[in-house]
Amino acid sequence: MLDYRLDEETEALRTTVREFAREVVAPQIGEFYERDEFPTAIVRQMGELGLFGLPFPEEYGGGGGTYFDLCVALEELGRVDSSVAITLEAGVSLGAMPIFRFGSEEQKQRWLPRLCSGQALAAFGLTEAGGGSDAGATRTTARLDGGEWVLNGSKSFITNSGTDLTELVTVTAVTGTRADGSKEISAIAVPSGTPGFVVGKRYSKVGWNASDTRELSFTDVHVPAENLVGERGRGYAQFLSILDEGRIAISALSVGLAQGCVDESVRYAGEREAFGRPIGANQAIQFMIADMEVRASTARLAYYRAAERMLRGEPFKREASIAKLYSSEVAMDNARAATQVHGGYGFMNEYPVGRFYRDAKILEIGEGTSEVQRMLIARDLGVG
Amino acid sequence: MNIVVLVKQVPDSGTQRSLDPSDNTVARAGADNVVNEIDEYAIEEALTVKEAQGGEVTVLTVGPASATDAIRKALSMGADKAVHVVDDAIHGSCAIQTSAILAAALQQMEYDLVLTGATSTDGQVAVMPALLAERLGIPQVSGAQKLTVEGSTVKVNRQTDGGYWALEAPLPAIVSTWDTINEPRYPSFKGIMAAKKKPVETKSLADLGIDPSTVGLASATSSVLDFAGRPPKGEGVKVNDEGDGAQKFVEYLASQKIV
Repeated sequence: MLDYRLDEETEALRTTVREFAREVVAPQIGEFYERDEFPTAIVRQMGELGLFGLPFPEEYGGGGGTYFDLCVALEELGRVDSSVAITLEAGVSLGAMPIFRFGSEEQKQRWLPRLCSGQALAAFGLTEAGGGSDAGATRTTARLDGGEWVLNGSKSFITNSGTDLTELVTVTAVTGTRADGSKEISAIAVPSGTPGFVVGKRYSKVGWNASDTRELSFTDVHVPAENLVGERGRGYAQFLSILDEGRIAISALSVGLAQGCVDESVRYAGEREAFGRPIGANQAIQFMIADMEVRASTARLAYYRAAERMLRGEPFKREASIAKLYSSEVAMDNARAATQVHGGYGFMNEYPVGRFYRDAKILEIGEGTSEVQRMLIARDLGVG
Repeated sequence: MNIVVLVKQVPDSGTQRSLDPSDNTVARAGADNVVNEIDEYAIEEALTVKEAQGGEVTVLTVGPASATDAIRKALSMGADKAVHVVDDAIHGSCAIQTSAILAAALQQMEYDLVLTGATSTDGQVAVMPALLAERLGIPQVSGAQKLTVEGSTVKVNRQTDGGYWALEAPLPAIVSTWDTINEPRYPSFKGIMAAKKKPVETKSLADLGIDPSTVGLASATSSVLDFAGRPPKGEGVKVNDEGDGAQKFVEYLASQKIV
């Protein structure tokens, strides 16, 4: 049985998010991007649509949908703008998901309703200046002192950590040493505004300029012992266990960008005239756009396939890596081609493809670089 | 407060639309069919009144089986239930015939306020509210840009070219809305999920007591005899400026009665 048609509700969600992206996001996101400004009002509206609660159960204020519903929403947002899409992706996968998967019942009741409604955002503080995916390099520490965790250290590149909506950052920290001498790493929820927790300035980034990315520092930050998220010593393992599904989400976002490049190129090729006819009359342009569509369509199948296995409860690690690797490279290829179709205007920020070009590169880096994905795929095939 | 919103499914006005050459009716197959854009404002206004005063919002539509998509959109925005009049004999009905069907359906429903968009983007006949007011013997207020319900009175600012008229009518009444009245909400995901559980009642002409021979294309009071696409834009007129360009330009404008 092979059937990649979406059910009615997911199709209706896709239509709604597509209309929202075109009517609300597209007309104003360029200005936020230029100003390096987080579009708080747009993100609030995304919350009202229920996007931040999509994969969570209704008992915690979620929409009772699936992770695939989230992916479809990410694709439609990414088709118009990646900054708002990554804000949603990080808000769900990195912000709310660790609380949902590993948090205590009390933590879920306390945090999830506000996170699901988009009234509040949470961030995940894993990466440090000294290393991203290397748990052993974690230098931030947390020690128990009189019923409280006391945190010291710093984190880098943390999405959604300093917006007007941010209320919580879950931080990984060294909480001790194991018998074998390795570091014991745990996850601890730190509410925004806790004394000693300083949110740094926004980074100046090449792309994703309307999303919020910051450096965080912790100096003798005290939080209650019950802010431990999940098991002590399982902080990094917990993170790894939700990494694969995050790759499907990034794949969906990448497909959105790749498809957005097709949309913009089809429009421009029909409008722009050179030598007395639309540039789309030239086979060189037609072939570029056809190739872009082929790449976007096949990349979509890759993430559908990974999501389908995930929803069926089958192993999907390899499929997630394939989808993430392929669609992020497709996004980059399509951004390059779309910019070429647009000629000089493709180099102007006022055209969306300029934004797409700047936003595409990070997709080959974040949530596991292309090299990490190839390594994982080869390892899964028993090579090396 | 029982509010009924009349919703029509139409081909998306933002896309290429056509008539079916076999009988000159609106071509629905292959078209991107959506809720008539101005009807979305009527739905939003109904939900706003309901949220302020309580009550129930029912969607009423006449259309083919595929019009359930339009109904579901209205339900996902927050309407409570729907009545869908569907019958093959309705195909090709004119506005007067359609008003007889809608009036018969409304007479089987409870309503205090009937809302609908001021026109539809396919037929653009824009007479339905007046036809229904006449058939039902209730007041009509057309072209609302603002609406409030106070007790058993509906107060409406009726949009005009130069401003508005402040009108009021006793309920039950029918009010048509313009796109200046509000900003329709997007369906939330919870709304989308809830919509599939909301009741949709399907009615045939027999259920409404209407003789099928009195409706449909064969007995329509008006029908499309012929149609043609918009002619392609002409080449335009080129004026070579040989020192008298301005003169020739003005002469051209005068010949076209532009100046």
